[in-house]
Amino acid sequence: MSLGKLSWAAIPFDQPIVMATSAVVGVGLASLLALVTYKGWWPYLWREWITSVDHKRIGVMYVILALVMLVRGFADAIMMRTQLAMAAGGAQGYLPPEHYDQIFSAHGTIMIFFVAMPFVVGLMNFAVPLQLGVRDVAFPVLNNVSFWLTAAGVLLVNLSLFVGEFARTGWLAYPPLSEIAYSPGVGVDYYLWSLQISGLGTLLSGINLTTTILKMRAPGMRYSRMPVFCWTALASNLLIVAAFPILTATFAMLLLDRYCGFHFFTNEAGGNPMMYINLIWIWGHPEVYILILPAFGVFSEVVATFSGKPLFGYRSMVMATMAICVLSFMVWLHHFFTMGAGANVNAFFGVMTMIIAVPTGVKVFNWLFTLYGGRIRFTTPIYWALGFMVTFVIGGMTGVLMAIPPADFVLHNSLFLIAHFHNTAIGGVVFGVLAGYTYWFPKAFGFTLNERLGKMIFWCWFIGFYLAFMPLYALGLMGATRRMQHYSDMSWRPWMLVALCGAVLIFAGIALTVAQLIVSIRQRHRHRDRTGDPWTGRTLEWSTTSPPPAWNFGRLPRVQTTDAHWASKHGAAPRASESNDITSVHLPCNSSTGVLLGFFAVVLGFAMIWHIYWLAACASLGALTVALLHAWRPEKEIDITPEELLAHESRAVGGVA
Amino acid sequence: MSAAELTADGGHEMPLSEQGPAPKQVVVGYGFWLFLLSDIVIFSALFAAYAVLSDATANGPAGVRLFDRQRVFVETVCLLASSVTCGLGSLAVQNRNVTNAYIWLIATLALGASFLKLELSEFGSMMAIGAGPSRSAFLSAFYTLVGTHGLHVTAGMAWLIVMLTQLRTLGFQPMVRRRLFCFGLFWHALDIVWIGVFTIVYLGAH
Amino acid sequence: MSEYPIPQGLAPGVIARRHATWRSYLLGFVAALVLTIASFAAASTNIVYGPSVPLLLGVLAIAQMGIHLIFFLHISSAPDQTNNVLALAFGVFVVGLTVFGSMIIMANLSHMMPTIGRLLEMQR
Repeated sequence: MSLGKLSWAAIPFDQPIVMATSAVVGVGLASLLALVTYKGWWPYLWREWITSVDHKRIGVMYVILALVMLVRGFADAIMMRTQLAMAAGGAQGYLPPEHYDQIFSAHGTIMIFFVAMPFVVGLMNFAVPLQLGVRDVAFPVLNNVSFWLTAAGVLLVNLSLFVGEFARTGWLAYPPLSEIAYSPGVGVDYYLWSLQISGLGTLLSGINLTTTILKMRAPGMRYSRMPVFCWTALASNLLIVAAFPILTATFAMLLLDRYCGFHFFTNEAGGNPMMYINLIWIWGHPEVYILILPAFGVFSEVVATFSGKPLFGYRSMVMATMAICVLSFMVWLHHFFTMGAGANVNAFFGVMTMIIAVPTGVKVFNWLFTLYGGRIRFTTPIYWALGFMVTFVIGGMTGVLMAIPPADFVLHNSLFLIAHFHNTAIGGVVFGVLAGYTYWFPKAFGFTLNERLGKMIFWCWFIGFYLAFMPLYALGLMGATRRMQHYSDMSWRPWMLVALCGAVLIFAGIALTVAQLIVSIRQRHRHRDRTGDPWTGRTLEWSTTSPPPAWNFGRLPRVQTTDAHWASKHGAAPRASESNDITSVHLPCNSSTGVLLGFFAVVLGFAMIWHIYWLAACASLGALTVALLHAWRPEKEIDITPEELLAHESRAVGGVA
Repeated sequence: MSAAELTADGGHEMPLSEQGPAPKQVVVGYGFWLFLLSDIVIFSALFAAYAVLSDATANGPAGVRLFDRQRVFVETVCLLASSVTCGLGSLAVQNRNVTNAYIWLIATLALGASFLKLELSEFGSMMAIGAGPSRSAFLSAFYTLVGTHGLHVTAGMAWLIVMLTQLRTLGFQPMVRRRLFCFGLFWHALDIVWIGVFTIVYLGAH
Repeated sequence: MSEYPIPQGLAPGVIARRHATWRSYLLGFVAALVLTIASFAAASTNIVYGPSVPLLLGVLAIAQMGIHLIFFLHISSAPDQTNNVLALAFGVFVVGLTVFGSMIIMANLSHMMPTIGRLLEMQR
């Protein structure tokens, strides 16, 4: 019963920062578990959340996961900013290179895979079935499984802090550095296994949501009557289904190189490291569109709602979205212009990269035309939308700048690049998910978030972002590269200090987000959403109570136009209660399959990382057993009688249909 | 909700996109179809790696020296025949003919097993002469591409055994029929991938 | 979810007509077998002009995949198959890009950045 590579040496007793963090997290986690046990909350948590197959609950869990991981990813960020503010001239800062390399690798990996992805997937999970006027996604149990697989990946990545080390190879782990010869430790294995596991969860979620959007919509909701958020969700999930398998295959090839001595990407026996870079970016570019498209969708909803007008140019929005979906597969080489391709190949991809900016421009104009002539209500979500429009456009422009290969030859892997992608990721994805979080929070929990704090959070993020990243554009042009642990040019230091101030301001924004949650919960009775429609919304989710019942709609709405809820409020379409008979509703039962599979996935991943093969075999067997038990489960359902449905309808104030 | 009420004005039949949520059979089938397409994308990455690395033999053996086309032809016919028996099996399931279902599905299992046996013997004989996956990038790509297909066939056979057991214990329940239907999709897709494999890897070897 | 009796599209493989579908499998089997034999014959003998063999193999392979899609998976141009055809088209698009895009790019890279061995070879 050997423990493979695992021994007491795996615990980093000699690294005070890590040990201190471990102690704090350990105590915190233990206290939380003790509190839950003491209060007797486990049955409630198990029944209502952990085994829930309700898309609304699963969506909320994804968002909680994302917010928690935001804290860890941001801790990495502030450590890097502090290091760079200190390590100028001959100074070495406080983070040795071996540690610094793990920090920037963890920062990127966590922010993309465990903050942005879960946040976006969580929002789509929560809102899409409600907007489509149906009761749940196509495969509710699979939805739960997807969540727990993502959580398993999160757990493994966090374990790497306390047991062993993380990868030092950046967030994409390029070979040959990530090969076993040059990264013999467990760091790259932690990276690979946690992403393979959560990647499977993401792929299954992509299949689930695509099927839901294409095969399950309320009667009358033809494609041209779907909310724009559902169109962007469709495009994003199609990209997930088409792109994530390439990530899986590429990581599998790297794993085979590392574990079985294969030669896909090694330096010897004919291996080709550039093939990894090529394949990983065929995934990588669609990935950034997977993240940004739902954010665009959120803004479409928010801008229309708070302008009091329908979204301008519905059809061009849809076409732009689907164009982005297809074009996102045709630009990937712009991530490695400098790595040896000839001028013709570079030129093709440079031109394609410029072309893909056009549909995004169409969207921006549509949002502007929606705002124009509207009676704009300046709520927190609109603040995020306006901030996004300015910030994302700047980021997009620097992207088009780097789409010119000769320019990219100067700027590739400089801090200019870092500034560009943070500009689009923060200005686009983060602003979008925070807008969506604020916008749909009352629907999920029945009370709105504190508005004043919401605006303060926005200003912290907005000003903080510009302070943190505009200096990086300048630094990049001055020759500063990415991933550097120290630098010799003292004239860069003032810029780094400004950037640190920006990071501190963003930290304030994150702290205020926590505060806002606490304050809003305490004020919840004052800000209760009694109508289900706190924002005077346009789409169907606002026709339910806040929070909606487990079955979402007592009777499925009959859709006759876009903005179906607005139409029924203003008499342009019959309310559901007037057009449909009420019948029993059958809801799927809870399932423990997901959390059990997640558990075995963690054990399998951990065992493979540390080469404890007997344990890996046991975990695989365990997972197989869970799957077989699931295959023979009796198909019980929960019946909601018409009386219950009618009772809920009449309880809902304002006669919500 | 009668069918008559579902028609739109003018007496035209309501378009599919407006008929509300689809029945479970359609939803499950479509979801599985998407899963299969994602699986084919995995194979495309492996095909791409094979295409790029097929000349990287590191002074070791190349495909034309290693591959036995006659064995590959027999493997191909086995897999093709298993696709047909699988199709006939799904017809038997649709007609609720339990005997025929067992006959055709077990035939599928047997043909799949023959395919695997031939493939494993090929791998074994190659490794015996030192042409294993760690010999060169070309061989790494070969074993991974062909081996991943073989793993899918193995997983499919394990799934089929589970389905035959479910057929025995649960009968022709809708859940069992949906899963057998998905199995059929899976098995046919594997044969489609094999067409690519035998053409590009074995017949294209130089 | 089963409140509406009319199916919203058919999944691939669903047999819309109940009669004579065993013929579909038999026909598909014979056609695929013929194409397979043709492929092996083209590659292993001198029946076909040498340099055109790769193209012929490609055509035969695509034809056989089509046979499988139509006769075994029952993909057609019927309106209830539209979603399936679109998904397939997107899949084919991604597969094509991945395989051919990678081949073109990697060939370009190795042409522009040859290894030391090849450089020396070229100089000789």
